[in-house]
Amino acid sequence: MIGSDRAMLILLAVVAVLPPVLSALGEPFLTVILSRALIFATAALSLDLILGFGAMVSFGHAAYLGIGAYAAGILAANGLTGLEVQVPVALAAAGVFALVTGAISLRTSGVHFIMITLAFGQMAFFLMTSLSAYGGDDGQALAAPSTLFGIAVFDGAARFFYATLAVLALAWLGLRTITRSRFGRVLAGTREDPARMQAMGFSPFGYRLTAYVISGMVAALAGVLLANHAAYISPSYMSWARSGELIAMVALGGMGTLTGPVLGALAFVLAEEALAKLTTHWRLPFGAAVVLAVLFTRGGLMGALSRTRGRK
Amino acid sequence: MTNLLILQGLNGLQAGILLFLVAAGLTLVFGVMDVINLAHGAQYMVGTYLAAAFTGLTGSFLAGLALAVPATLIFGLAVEFLVIRRLYDRSHLDQVLVTFGLMLMLNEGVRMIWGAGPISVEMPGALSGSIPVWGKLRYPVYRLAILGAGLAVAVGLWWAINRTRTGMLLRAGATNRAMVSALGTDINRLFLLVFGAGAMLAGFAGAMMVPVVSAEPDMGDTVLILTFVVIVIGGIGSIRGAFVAALLVGLVDTLGRSFGPILLRSLLPPDAAGQAGRTLAPMLIYILMALILALRPAGLFPVKR
Repeated sequence: MIGSDRAMLILLAVVAVLPPVLSALGEPFLTVILSRALIFATAALSLDLILGFGAMVSFGHAAYLGIGAYAAGILAANGLTGLEVQVPVALAAAGVFALVTGAISLRTSGVHFIMITLAFGQMAFFLMTSLSAYGGDDGQALAAPSTLFGIAVFDGAARFFYATLAVLALAWLGLRTITRSRFGRVLAGTREDPARMQAMGFSPFGYRLTAYVISGMVAALAGVLLANHAAYISPSYMSWARSGELIAMVALGGMGTLTGPVLGALAFVLAEEALAKLTTHWRLPFGAAVVLAVLFTRGGLMGALSRTRGRK
Repeated sequence: MTNLLILQGLNGLQAGILLFLVAAGLTLVFGVMDVINLAHGAQYMVGTYLAAAFTGLTGSFLAGLALAVPATLIFGLAVEFLVIRRLYDRSHLDQVLVTFGLMLMLNEGVRMIWGAGPISVEMPGALSGSIPVWGKLRYPVYRLAILGAGLAVAVGLWWAINRTRTGMLLRAGATNRAMVSALGTDINRLFLLVFGAGAMLAGFAGAMMVPVVSAEPDMGDTVLILTFVVIVIGGIGSIRGAFVAALLVGLVDTLGRSFGPILLRSLLPPDAAGQAGRTLAPMLIYILMALILALRPAGLFPVKR
């Protein structure tokens, strides 16, 4: 885990110096793409808490991105642009949705859990498409960018970039603390052997549900950023394909490592952008890459990283 | 009102029977092979495209249908041989990821070959038009034909699973895979057969729908999610559960969309009823699923292992 921490710090440091470098190279637009990658890294990080540490394969995680985005969008449309209002509302909405759907979903396990979370994700998706006051199927433009106590913290590509980087760093620190606490160790214990944890006097349900709620809330935070990044809110943020992409980011990056999902998300978004530049049919090589990566590699990017370090 | 009820009831049954054809393959593949297949909806889509393409080649929808069904079987066998075979001893997460990637590839492959626009097929002349079903109420012949064909396949499937040797091995395989293998059955061949048959059923459902819905990329995604709801409600691995749940989901979805707003209007002011109806109707089947799972976490017909 020490290696994982160092990798994360190096990664954050490298990413932090990129915007001035990129504008010096005459590619300022790459900063915008990088911001998008950082937002998905935060969402993937939140998914790792339940997927990697809790062994809960949630196929509805994009719903929380959408809830965060719509919280920001709906409040902004009603004149409330302050993050001091938007973030608590987004967290509360995501928390309530996670609490209710999680309590039902966690009665099941395995494939049932995958399918139920998927169905709840779709339910949230259809809820948003029915909101005709906020764009319905098509979504609508964000009325105004979010501010923090009246300060335009998201103004300009560079400022937005550092704001997303700060959120990612905070989410990483927070989740790192949680996974190393007693709570986190019990959670990991329920992943390894729920029956034994129960015999020791822990009820897995409460721990799992708590992790599920925390994970949803962090993803909603990423959703607030996503709405500001695109300056648009759309039901497509919560499509089930997006949930699948988030799982792929976590699994291909390296589950249960926190650093891995961040790497996975960066690689995923950048590869998506690069392929989309080459061909409109980028999903074909992209899908093939996912298939081959899962069939022929183990442990994801972090696994590959620790193997090369081990060989030294 | 009675007429509308009968009309929408028939529509619901027809939607349900189609869902059953797709769900049967998915639930069998999971029940017997323990594989979760996200590309199953794409197989439905492949069925519609193949039917459209063969209809274009032969000039007749029935010939197109007759060619498309074996083609979807061959396609399913190829997918099993190339990809799914490698997933039997992998975790469900790996299966989700690989079949998700496969689904992306199939959706995009279809878009590369046939373009992004919808492809429609004309209804066969003999089956177009409508016939009276109840007093003055008329119903399209083609939709009745879909209902009949779907029911015939459901009966055939029941017979194959409960009355043939292969069906017996299949049920045995679902209960204890290792034991069936140890008793000398080639389990890999059985799996190949199950996956191919599942793909063919989904392809058949898709092919039958071409004259009604026209082929589009990504059309399988919606079907896949509905199918998940069906097999979760029915109990994963249970054909009988899939049948009951498919009809239930088909009816609730169709009737909810047409009668939900009418019922709400008698309770709420028109404006609020309109918005509530638009919001609730598409969510209804998910609410149904949540209710059933809250009461019976393993579905209506749990499979004992």
